[in-house]
Amino acid sequence: MCLGVPGRIVEVNGITAIVDFFGVQRTVRLELVDEPVAPGDYVLNHVGYAIRRIPEDDIAGTLALYEQLLREACDGDDDLMAADVRGEVAGTGRGTGNDGERP
Amino acid sequence: MGNALNDRAATELKFRDAAKGAELAAALSRVTASIGRSPISVMHVCGSHEQAIARFGLRAAFPPDLNVIMGPGCPVCVTDQPEVDEAVALAYQGVRVATYGDMLRVPGTARSLADAQAAGARVTVVYSVAQAVDLARKSDEPLVFFATGFETTAVATAAVVLNDPPPNLFVLSAHKYIPPAMDVVAAMPGSRIEGFLAAGHAATITGWGVFERFARRCERPVVVAGFEPLDILAGLVRLVELVRDGRAAVENMYPRCVTREGNVRAQEQLWRVFEPAGGRWRGIAHVPDGNLRLREQWRHLDARRRFDIDTTALRGEAPSALASQCICGDIMTGIASPPDCRLFGRACVPDTPVGACMVSSEGTCRIWYQYEPHLGSVVGHRTAR
Repeated sequence: MCLGVPGRIVEVNGITAIVDFFGVQRTVRLELVDEPVAPGDYVLNHVGYAIRRIPEDDIAGTLALYEQLLREACDGDDDLMAADVRGEVAGTGRGTGNDGERP
Repeated sequence: MGNALNDRAATELKFRDAAKGAELAAALSRVTASIGRSPISVMHVCGSHEQAIARFGLRAAFPPDLNVIMGPGCPVCVTDQPEVDEAVALAYQGVRVATYGDMLRVPGTARSLADAQAAGARVTVVYSVAQAVDLARKSDEPLVFFATGFETTAVATAAVVLNDPPPNLFVLSAHKYIPPAMDVVAAMPGSRIEGFLAAGHAATITGWGVFERFARRCERPVVVAGFEPLDILAGLVRLVELVRDGRAAVENMYPRCVTREGNVRAQEQLWRVFEPAGGRWRGIAHVPDGNLRLREQWRHLDARRRFDIDTTALRGEAPSALASQCICGDIMTGIASPPDCRLFGRACVPDTPVGACMVSSEGTCRIWYQYEPHLGSVVGHRTAR
């Protein structure tokens, strides 16, 4: 519940956006995001809501932790931190006004 | 601890930049030693910080004279028993309840939502409050969202309230606001906390400016830090430097995600929907302005107004005999650490948790059980209260 997860905006549809989280596309809501966003932008997301547009210069630094977590922990719930990140991604986009998942 | 050991620890930590990790670990040792007294205790207030410290084995890189203690940073853990009782009572009364997964097994006075579920009550786990909205839209019957968490999740609840929610959705708010709890912990008699590491993503919402008055009032420094091992080490180096220099300043070491003013748009929504109210944080204390209550304007969405929630029977039940031995409160205020608890890893394990700190993935006990069961007490001794 504390750790947000970054993702790249693929498409903006009004108050929601399709966001790519490390290869998984989900829908997030945009009511809370601090700045206008457009496809290609990275946003920090939390419980299905974008809460910050990540400045361009900070994208690589922000992604590194998550890439490491997801790379090192392949499966199982033994890694609580990776499980929280996966949970956040899994939960994002369901119940946001459309079915969330995209093929 | 010599620098050689720090270097080795840092190398073993698989830092993205091993040289930088070793350099920061050495700097942390140097700055801590330069204070000339021991131990130096600092507190972070974020379950994800504790996860990162434990997961990446950072304690091996901390100098032995530095205690890095997790405070009340687990939102699930600080949700008070009577609040859980309200959700459990509603579920037993036949009302459908949706909540975040970590809340399911947290015991109220005696029972949890999982107990209610096992008895046939309808309790649904959601990852996002937006999912609860969708669930409510699929039927006409009432759905109560048991809303827990700090400002990072409270803003999402606020966004739902402001976005024309379905008329059968009600909010049972147990949301908490972190800054006032830091005041309470800092002011506790016998508190040895000399500085605070503030949580990065909560500060994304509030901004780091919110800590300026706190730092002045409590005469302790605050450093905002991110979640990467390097971020945490760098944040600690700066925090211990401020402790050494006796400067009760606020510094932002996480500019990637945190600005001084924070996410103003989210704050506006938060305060339009909620108002601060005093309330108990489980195991800790009454925290003035520590709870977030729905404003009068939203009374039609407030589950406490819509339903007659009777918790008398639940509160009359005797807690388990083990629960009286649980020291989660002492752990969350930094007075004790998990190995000080006689239940930790024995009667209290993730499958059969006694205290809330063993339930949540952000609870200190759960994190230590998972990543560092070998650790002895880092606090060293328990202080009688």
